[in-house]
Order: sequence, then structure tokens, then C-alpha cells
Amino acid sequence: MSLGKILAKRIGYGLILLIAVVVLNFTLITIAPGDVADSIAGDMGGADAEVLAEIRSRYGLDRPFAVQLGRYISSIAALDLGYSYFYNAPVTELILQRLPATLLLVFSSQILAIAVGLLLGVMAARKPNSFTNLIVTFLSLFGFAAPVFWTGILLIILFVAIWPVFPVGGMMSASLIDALWYEQWINIGYHLVLPMVTLASIYLALYSRLTRASMQEVLGSDYVRTARAKGLAENKVFYKHALKNSLGPLVTVAGLQFSAVISGAVVVEAVFSWPGLGTLALQSILARDTPTIMGILFLSSLVVIVVNILTDMILRMIDPRIRAD
Amino acid sequence: MKRILKTVATSVATAALLATPTIAEEPKKGGTLTMAIQQTPRHLNPAVQSGTATGQPGTQLFASLLRYDEGWNPQPFLAETWEVSSDGLSVTINLVKGATFHDGAPITSEDVAFSIDTVKANHPFKSMFAPVETVETPDANTAILKLSKPHPALLLAMSSQLLSIIPKHVYGDGQDPKSHPANSEGVVGSGPFKLVEFKRGEHVILERYENYFIEGLPYLDRIVMRILPDESTRAIALESGELQMSGFESNPRNIVRLKKNGALRVSSEGYAAIGPVNWLAFNTKGEKTSDPKVRQAIAYAVDREFINKALNLGTAPTALTGIHPGSPFYDATVEAYDLDIDKANALLDEAGYAKGSDGMRFALSVDYGWPAMKPYAEYMKPQLKKIGIDVAVRSSADFPTWAKRISTWDFDMTMDNVFNWGDPVIGVHRTYSSDNIKEGVIWSNTQQYSNARVDELMEMAGATNDSNKRKELYAEFQQIVANELPLYPIFASPYHTVSSTSVGNAPDSVWGTSSPLDRVYLK
Repeated sequence: MSLGKILAKRIGYGLILLIAVVVLNFTLITIAPGDVADSIAGDMGGADAEVLAEIRSRYGLDRPFAVQLGRYISSIAALDLGYSYFYNAPVTELILQRLPATLLLVFSSQILAIAVGLLLGVMAARKPNSFTNLIVTFLSLFGFAAPVFWTGILLIILFVAIWPVFPVGGMMSASLIDALWYEQWINIGYHLVLPMVTLASIYLALYSRLTRASMQEVLGSDYVRTARAKGLAENKVFYKHALKNSLGPLVTVAGLQFSAVISGAVVVEAVFSWPGLGTLALQSILARDTPTIMGILFLSSLVVIVVNILTDMILRMIDPRIRAD
Repeated sequence: MKRILKTVATSVATAALLATPTIAEEPKKGGTLTMAIQQTPRHLNPAVQSGTATGQPGTQLFASLLRYDEGWNPQPFLAETWEVSSDGLSVTINLVKGATFHDGAPITSEDVAFSIDTVKANHPFKSMFAPVETVETPDANTAILKLSKPHPALLLAMSSQLLSIIPKHVYGDGQDPKSHPANSEGVVGSGPFKLVEFKRGEHVILERYENYFIEGLPYLDRIVMRILPDESTRAIALESGELQMSGFESNPRNIVRLKKNGALRVSSEGYAAIGPVNWLAFNTKGEKTSDPKVRQAIAYAVDREFINKALNLGTAPTALTGIHPGSPFYDATVEAYDLDIDKANALLDEAGYAKGSDGMRFALSVDYGWPAMKPYAEYMKPQLKKIGIDVAVRSSADFPTWAKRISTWDFDMTMDNVFNWGDPVIGVHRTYSSDNIKEGVIWSNTQQYSNARVDELMEMAGATNDSNKRKELYAEFQQIVANELPLYPIFASPYHTVSSTSVGNAPDSVWGTSSPLDRVYLK
């Protein structure tokens, strides 16, 4: 099959998945007891009956479910994510305000996790019975076993309460809203360190184990023995021949993990008050703000689908065996 | 003939000085106060949105007609003087001269009339201005409220976040005030601070309004309200000095920990008007809980002392009635239901529920709606087992799920926390009035309690300005509901304001941090 055909097929599957995500989630949110009028009343310390009735009729919550779903699908088909009941603002605007913060957190933590994970994995594979290997194994177990919110709180206690070197949360000091752009960026970087390390910790563990395992497998294969036998330098064998071939699993997993990274970001954002999509998602779920929840789910499934397609394409480029198939 | 019941004719500036607690040092001007609010407000206009998330920034942006001090006394604010006629049917308000909105336009009686109309039509608490029929504006500085009946809650309803004076030339443009763009962006307020930036999920930044109508105030240059939903994050930020103030802190463990910190001032003052009371509510139409003896037995079996000592770590005041203990109408002489397991068992025997061979009489469920209420609901299980009631704790996935269950009367018992909102007319009547048994409305009379005498007492207390008379009426009301016990009040929420010792004039008035912080300064 040609690359274009495969791409078209993948996009087709993606669209079906996207529709399923919309219908399923809308149904689940709507059939749950209670609605946004209850959460608005809760937020306001109570409300009179007519106020609640007015909220319900304004947002069409008193209409039959099929009508509500139909309306939502037709608006999303027109690429209109709707209007947030809770925040009185267009969902697109709410999401676009928050998206950069989440993208910054997700990509920076992934880059950190891949870079350090790869390094540790290679080091461990090079000396399988060494102390380094022991440390990598320990870190992997720890990073994998520790819940991410716990790691986050632990880092806050260590680096904010006991040894105050980092701010406790947020993305930028409010005093810098009039400052120069580079001052703001330095400040954002400073706020980014702890949430980035926290989110990276899980994947760091995963990637280092994966790299080590696939490196060890590749190092035992015939072509590596051949390379060594023909007298190539050990470093060249290691990095040029073995490493390149053991990258496949890492790329696959990193791509597949993307959806998990987004859900991990929800937790990390909550712990560090990071003003991203995760905190917005959490607040919208608690508030039953259906348009906002749906908007975020729609967007994140879109991102996951696109990233998965891209992973597929990258794999085809770095591994000729897949291309042939 | 009109008799002047209440006139305060001192200049606003003098009143400001008088209301300031005597302190050795002179308040300093300038500086930025960084404080926390716990969630992103829906928007910043309290005229059409109740709740503390909007109230804290909203009362900085918008001034009200009156403000209240620590002792429930009304003080002049945008209203320089106010007079209630002897029949209680008319209230004349004289506005302070020279007050302007943040766009420079003068604040006139037209704006007051417009604000009252807007609040009356859009605010979730209809009882606040329901008796106000018209607002007359004979001149730019005078507004006369005409009432259908005396309305004792009116003065409180004209204070803090309950009545924000909003500009008619901005909000009167025909758009729905509930979704008006100027509720979140480009807010044109009347209060001590103007809006610099509102970033959802991040912060609300406010800056002093140079032409504020009180000379020399506010002291602060800026207030940064950071939106920090996580209580441990806030506690650490207070300890590290990143935050200088946070209101509505209610986790007993954090309060006890922060109290030990010498650089922090932890105060329970400032919550009397909001008046949060925690109780165990009964469904009085439930199969077992319809019997007052069963409800009394449960009250005798629950150890309020234990709850306050072990669960609240001594941070929460005891509440014996649905009226907050900080209210002038609170009656502490009602039956307290101090722990008495024998009496509880006797009451249940009397009610005809004999113990079975396994020592149990019947089963009940107890609900809770949000995580802070969980320990109290869980406490009920082992405690009520002692009198033979098999309690199942039912959790709800989120607030709307719980609200739906309780407001459609699908429950036996639930832990709840309801706010008084200043006057009992606004926040207490709704819990007991038989008119207010409304399906699907949370914090209505979800207990489905109905007593003609109680209805009558509330109606009388809500239609007289004589506060001694009101005290008597509310005392009888509290005695009756304490005996019939549609709900068993346990404690007032342990809300505390934590501030750095470098913060001067921390907000201790009855409205706490939901009042203008114009006198707060940094040492």
C-alpha cells in the first residue's frame, strides 16, 4: 500500500473515532444525575427555583436528550465548540487561553523524559551489571510506582517548603505582567521546572527501561556481532548500529503515551495550579459545564489521533521493515 | 409624619477613621497584596452572581451603599446617610457627593435605582429586594426605596456583595446583564480598586482607583488575587510568604499548623454575615426519619464534642441552631442534645423500633456532597451503630449528583453546610419555610419540614424592623425547630482568614474578605 493510501485510511478511522468520542461522552455527561444549574446554584450559595428554571431553559437543558445531542453534533460539525454555561464565554476562547500552557508543559516534559530516559537507558545497557544499571532500575521502579500527584507534592515540600528555591505554583509572577518578554519567559521557565520534572518522572522511568531492554536485545543480535567482528570501533557499533535500531519501540511508545501524558498533565496542573487545559477540564467536570468538557475532549482526542498518525508515519521513515509491509 | 430611625450624618472620611481599630502605627500607603481565592469566578459582577468566588474580587471593584463593621453596625459607604420611615415602607438614601465610576462618570441615584432593579431581576436570592416596589430618584443624589412591607433584611442586603452599584450607562445597554461582556473584561466599577487583568485559572489583578470617593484610600497600590484551588498549596504559599492573605481556609489540620507560625495571623473573624452552619439534615418525609423521636434519638447519639475536638481540632464554633452563632438572633438556650446514648435508645424503643437479635433496629443512609463533609458522614456509621441504627454512607461523584439526590428528596440523612447570607430572611427562612419545599432546588427546604407556627413566626420576623421583637420571634422559632429537629445543627464551618503579620487592618468585619479592602495596608 502506498503511503498516501495508508494516510487516507488512518484519517478515515480517526474521523469515526472522533464521532464516537463526541456521542459517547455527551451521552455519559448528560445521563449523570444533576446538571450545570445545580453546580451554578452550589457556587452561588443557593438560588431560587425560578433562577434555576431560567438557567435550564436558557441552555436548553429542559429539552429532550436527542434534541440536545443533535444540536451539539450539528454545531461541532460547523466547527463551533459552543458557549460555556459556567464561564459565560466561548469555549474556543477558553481553550485557546489555556492551550499554550498545557502544550508547554507536555512537550517540555516529554523532551526531558526522552532525553534523560534515552541517556540512562543507554548507560545501563552498556554496563548491564554495573551500579548505573542498579540506579536506572531503581529510578524506573520509583517513577512508575509513585503516583504523579504524590511526586508533585513531595517536590513541593522539598523545594518550596523545606528548601525554598522554586515557587509553589502558577505559571508567572503576577508582578511581571508589564515586564519585558524575556523577563516573563525566564520567570515562566522558573515556574515550569517542578511541574515539568513531575510529569517527566513517570515517562522517564518508562523510556529508560524500554531503551535498556531494546538495546540489550539489539546488542545480542547477529549484525552487531558482525559489525564488531569486522573491527568497527565499539562506540560506532553502539551508537550508529545498535542505538538507531533500538529507537523503534521508544518512538512507538512515546507516541502512544501522548494521550496518557495529557491525562497526567491534568493531575500535575492541579497540584501546581498550572493554568492549562487540565485545570480547566477539572473545573468544568466539577461544574458540569458540558460544552467546555466536550470541547476539551474533542480537542484532546483530535490531538491524540493526529499524534498517533504522525507516529505511524515517523516509524515508517526510521524503520524500513514497516515500509516494506 | 416620618420619624428618623437611623441617621448617620458624619462625613464618610470621619467614619472611616472611627471604624479603624486603634493601632499605634500609621497605615502606610503603597505596595502589592498577594492573596488567594479558591476558584475561578464565573465572572466579576456580584450584582448578578452570588458566591464567595465572585464576591472577593467583586467587592473591590464595586462599592455598595452600606458597609458593616465587626459589631453588625451599618456604616456609611456610597450612602452618606439613610433614613427608614417610621412605618418602615420607605427608605431614603443620600449618596456621597463626588463619587465616580472607574470611567470617570458620576455615580447618581439613577445608577442606584438601576442596580437595585438589576439585582432584583437577576440575583439568585429573590428575598433580598422582593418587597422593594419602586426606587424614586427625586435628584441625582437622592434615592427613595418604596416597600410593600417593612423589610428588616434591607440594610444588610444593601451591603458588601449583595448590592453592587453598577453603572447604568454600561450595563443598561440592553444586553442580558447575566452574560454582559463587561462582567469579565473592561469592568467599569465603583469600588476602591479597578480591574487590570482577569485571567481565568490564574489570577485577578486589581489596581487602586485614584479617584475613589474616600479621600486617601485605598492604601494598597495593587491586589493580586491568585486562583489556587488546592488547600495544601495555599498553606505552603502562606508559610513561604508567597501569599500574604487567604480567606475561607477551612481545613482544621492546616489551620492548626498555620496558627503555630509566628509570621502569620489566623483569625476566625469575618464570617458572621456569610454565616455557614453545618448540620445533619433529615428527610422528614422519610419512612423512619419522619418520626421526631427517631431524629431526636440520632441527635442524642451523635457526640458534638467529639466532632468538634477530634474532627475539627477545636477550630469550629458549636452551632445549636440553623442561625449562625455569630448572628444577633442566635439563641443558645435551645435543647443541645448533648451525648446521651441511654436516652437515645429509650426514644427509639418508644418510637416502636425494638432491637433485633443482632442488636440492630433499622437501616438508614447518610449522604455527603463534597470531600470536606466526608469525615462527618463516616463518623455517623460507628456512632449510630451504638443505638442500633445500621448506617450506610452514600457518596456522590460530584456536587450536582448530590444536589440532585437531596433536592429530589432521595435521601434519609445528609451532611450539609448552608450559609445564612447576612439576615435570616435571606439565608435561614429558605431552609424551614413550607412554601419553599421545591423539587430540584438545592438548599431550599429539602427536609420537607412543615409547621404552620414556624411559617408564621418567620413571616412576622421578616416584616418588622423592631430588632427586639425580631429577637423574640426568632427565639421562639429556634425553640420549636430545635424540638422538632428537621435538621441537627452541629457546628459553624471553621472558616479562617490567614494573613501575614505584615498585613495591617486585616478584614475582620462581618463580611470578612468579601468586603472592600480599602483600609488594608502593608507594614
